[in-house]
Amino acid sequence: MSLTLTSTFSNARACQCVSFSLQIFINNEWHDAVNKKTFPTINPATGEVICHVAEGDKADVEKAVKAAKDAFKLGSPWRRMDASDRGLLLSRLADCIERDAAYLAELETLDNGKPYAVSYSVDVPMVVKCLRYYAGWADKWEGKTIPIDGDYFCYTRHEPIGVCGQIIPWNFPLLMQAWKLGPALATGNTVVMKVAEQTPLTALYVASLIKEVGFPAGVVNIVPGMGPSAGAAIASHMDVDKVAFTGSTEVGHLIMKASSTSNLKKVTLELGGKSPNIILSDADMEEAVEQSHFALFFNQGQCCCAGSRTYVQESIYDEFVERSVERAKKRIVGDPFNFNTEQGPQVDEEQFQKILGYISSGKREGAKLMCGGGPAADRGYFIQPTIFGDVKDDMTIAREEIFGPVMQILKFKSLDEVIERANDSKYGLAAAVFTKNIDKAHYISNGLRAGTVWINCYDVFGVQAPFGGYKASGIGRELGEYGLDNYTEVKTVTIKVPQKNS
Amino acid sequence: MLDYSQESDIGQPCNSTRGKVFSTYNPATGEKICDVQEADKADVDKAVQAARSAFSLGSVWRKMDASERGRLLFKLADLVERDSAYLATLESLDTGKPFLSSFFVDLQGTIKTFRYFAGWADKIHGSTIPTDGEYFTLTRHEPIGVCGQIIPWNFPLVMTAWKLGPALSCGNTVVLKPAEQTPLTCLYIAALIKEAGFPPGVVNILPGYGPTAGAAIASHMGIDKVAFTGSTEVGKLIQEAAGKSNLKRVTLELGGKSPNIIFADADFELAVEQAHQGVFFNSGQCCTAGSRIFVEEPIYEEFVRRSVERARRRTVGNPFDPTTEQGPQVSAEQQSRVLELIQSGITEGAKLECGGKAPPSKGFFVEPTVFSDVQDHMRIAKEEIFGPVQQIMKFKTIEEVIERANNTEYGLAAAVFTTDLNKAMTVSAALQAGTVWINCYNALSCQCPFGGFKMSGNGRELGEIGLKEYTEVKTITMKMSGKKS
Repeated sequence: MSLTLTSTFSNARACQCVSFSLQIFINNEWHDAVNKKTFPTINPATGEVICHVAEGDKADVEKAVKAAKDAFKLGSPWRRMDASDRGLLLSRLADCIERDAAYLAELETLDNGKPYAVSYSVDVPMVVKCLRYYAGWADKWEGKTIPIDGDYFCYTRHEPIGVCGQIIPWNFPLLMQAWKLGPALATGNTVVMKVAEQTPLTALYVASLIKEVGFPAGVVNIVPGMGPSAGAAIASHMDVDKVAFTGSTEVGHLIMKASSTSNLKKVTLELGGKSPNIILSDADMEEAVEQSHFALFFNQGQCCCAGSRTYVQESIYDEFVERSVERAKKRIVGDPFNFNTEQGPQVDEEQFQKILGYISSGKREGAKLMCGGGPAADRGYFIQPTIFGDVKDDMTIAREEIFGPVMQILKFKSLDEVIERANDSKYGLAAAVFTKNIDKAHYISNGLRAGTVWINCYDVFGVQAPFGGYKASGIGRELGEYGLDNYTEVKTVTIKVPQKNS
Repeated sequence: MLDYSQESDIGQPCNSTRGKVFSTYNPATGEKICDVQEADKADVDKAVQAARSAFSLGSVWRKMDASERGRLLFKLADLVERDSAYLATLESLDTGKPFLSSFFVDLQGTIKTFRYFAGWADKIHGSTIPTDGEYFTLTRHEPIGVCGQIIPWNFPLVMTAWKLGPALSCGNTVVLKPAEQTPLTCLYIAALIKEAGFPPGVVNILPGYGPTAGAAIASHMGIDKVAFTGSTEVGKLIQEAAGKSNLKRVTLELGGKSPNIIFADADFELAVEQAHQGVFFNSGQCCTAGSRIFVEEPIYEEFVRRSVERARRRTVGNPFDPTTEQGPQVSAEQQSRVLELIQSGITEGAKLECGGKAPPSKGFFVEPTVFSDVQDHMRIAKEEIFGPVQQIMKFKTIEEVIERANNTEYGLAAAVFTTDLNKAMTVSAALQAGTVWINCYNALSCQCPFGGFKMSGNGRELGEIGLKEYTEVKTITMKMSGKKS
């Protein structure tokens, strides 16, 4: 099947009020890389270069960390600012993003390939909500006064950690930026952020908004660049007090190693997953099929929490597979700027090849290819919605994270069996259960070793609700009140008093 | 321009059921500003019906995302900010407070309070609880329901925000009665509430009198909670009415006779200025007024001298003159009450150092007045004056001053001025007051809980704790098979 891509949008549409540069953002200014290098960013729908962006390396990270450190000094404007004013700045940033939503959604789709309808109606609104949510926390993150033994008065202060390195992925560029900046800035930290080399553009636009709304210079610094250079420099920098990374488990290991060999900076990780989606025989079949389809195929399968092991109870297995295949065949793959498109391209050549490799392994290892199985177009990184049936737990496609539009359907008999098989993974990011029975729903969700369990739904996110992984899916939780813990140092202060009274 | 002649109810301004109106006055001149519709029991009934309906299961308000409630409150704050010059003018016209105060203190306090509670809306968490037995237990923090709110005339806008903020953040619906002396800015807020997009019936505003509309709210069988800010005398009536009717939840913010304790080792300049502002701010019309100033013997004479000098310098006049520090009292009634208490001070033997009279002009002004050699038994040392009258007393020891400071049925606020860490820790722990200031006075912010010990009130407003008063906790326990930790 070949696709003709026609973009109905003008990529040269003038942006609203601000200008941003394809450079490194330090101290509210735009800089070339110290070594003057640049790298191209590609439109995955066509394979063409969109533009070139400054490529930050160790020397640029050095500059950014220095700026962030200065901005965090005692007595600086950022340290002296009322917490409520930090919140107000975050709120204003949200307002500006909302103002420029159409442009940002377009830029996101151009750089990442996700359908524009989704960028505009899901990604950007969620970004706005995330920043507004954390704006509200800024002046509400309270320490305690504590009835300690003895003639002492004791309290805790919730202080910012300091300079926070943040390394974000390419699957939800804008949203991942908001998930990182929101809690870090609400709690008063300063930031050095490395954006993914596949998708640097929207983050850089947001940098210009950060300057526009009035964040003091040095509070947020953004370095586009590569993982092994800029990312590694952040993870091992002696003056970075904390690093937060979202990406593959493989790189998560490296980040943690770097922390341990440098200054033991605090580490939080949001890594990969192989999330089990469990369909019981009493589930609403139509709902389960549609949600399971969405659980796997959303964002071109490029979700850390993708429901990539669909366990279906024996008695409904055949019907479920048949309906899922029917649904997958109807999935519209094409130009992300066409409003009818459900699935755009994979983000780059590397991912494209990797996914095709997994599909081959599935065929080799004896899984039954039910539909799809190859590229969907001659140009761009499009892959056909693919389903494998009769998948066994020990197959590569059942154990490794594919990060593409490839669905695995497995059969099970009993509840205890499926809980055990679901938990038999090094990952533990998310899971789901589809059933009408109140008892079974709670029995299973209590037994699953996963950071998020969905019941009769999938991929339901709210900025109010914590998200993160058990086991090798990560360390720590993002979002919600819990997300603030990652960006806080608790200081206990104990004062001698002449006589304590309750 | 707004038509102020009407109540705001069910998303619409409307006339009072019985067609009555009352007048509101400019206290700087004594002249009438305009007439306002007067709500009575029948209007309260209508409002409660609207609020109840807006609260029913499945209503727009009940089904709304908590974050969206927060958005509406934030929008309201933005609208108040947009119209802050107008609102400050209206506030000064109706209350007599200096315009610069209205603009920089009252308006900012109002905006910040709405924004603060906007932020809480989707952060009100219940718990999941490790209960004994094969059960899954969780709590929901639900809104209480229809909340009656009765607010005073000393900070009309700020009091509106302190009440509406937490109530709406938690998802309640409201029937609010502003003070009859100062209904105008609250009615303007009603128009902004509609503009912001709050569903009809969520907020209902009824200007009227205490004994009629206020009493109707306090004893209404269809109101689930009443919050009152005002005098201790009326606070008792509210609590009684609640007990006699449907045991509605009650929170009260009442009067005070707050002690301000100045030690000899205090930063002297700071203490004099803070003690001055602490009692004279808002023409003395603050529940937190530091109206008993206890000065340690060694610095007493000098402190009196400097306080008198400062009081003499206090500029009293037209609220719209930017050099004015002090406007009129809010009404003729308040003015005569203050003058009567000043007389009692003279009669009972306190030393009148300066002021003591109403200046010869239109409006309800009282001169900044200072009494020294005040004894604890005098009326001016025991009763809340609510006017620009400063009482200065002498003390010797820390134990003595703590005892004297606590020897009152009030307990709203207090302050201590000292550079000594131990004194500060000891005194702040010992004072029976809801807020204790150390080396400052009236440092109030919406993040901090505020309320009274003893007869200064029940419950706390502001801060996270303020949400408790607008929440009903429901525990849900579900049978499970095979509990796991």
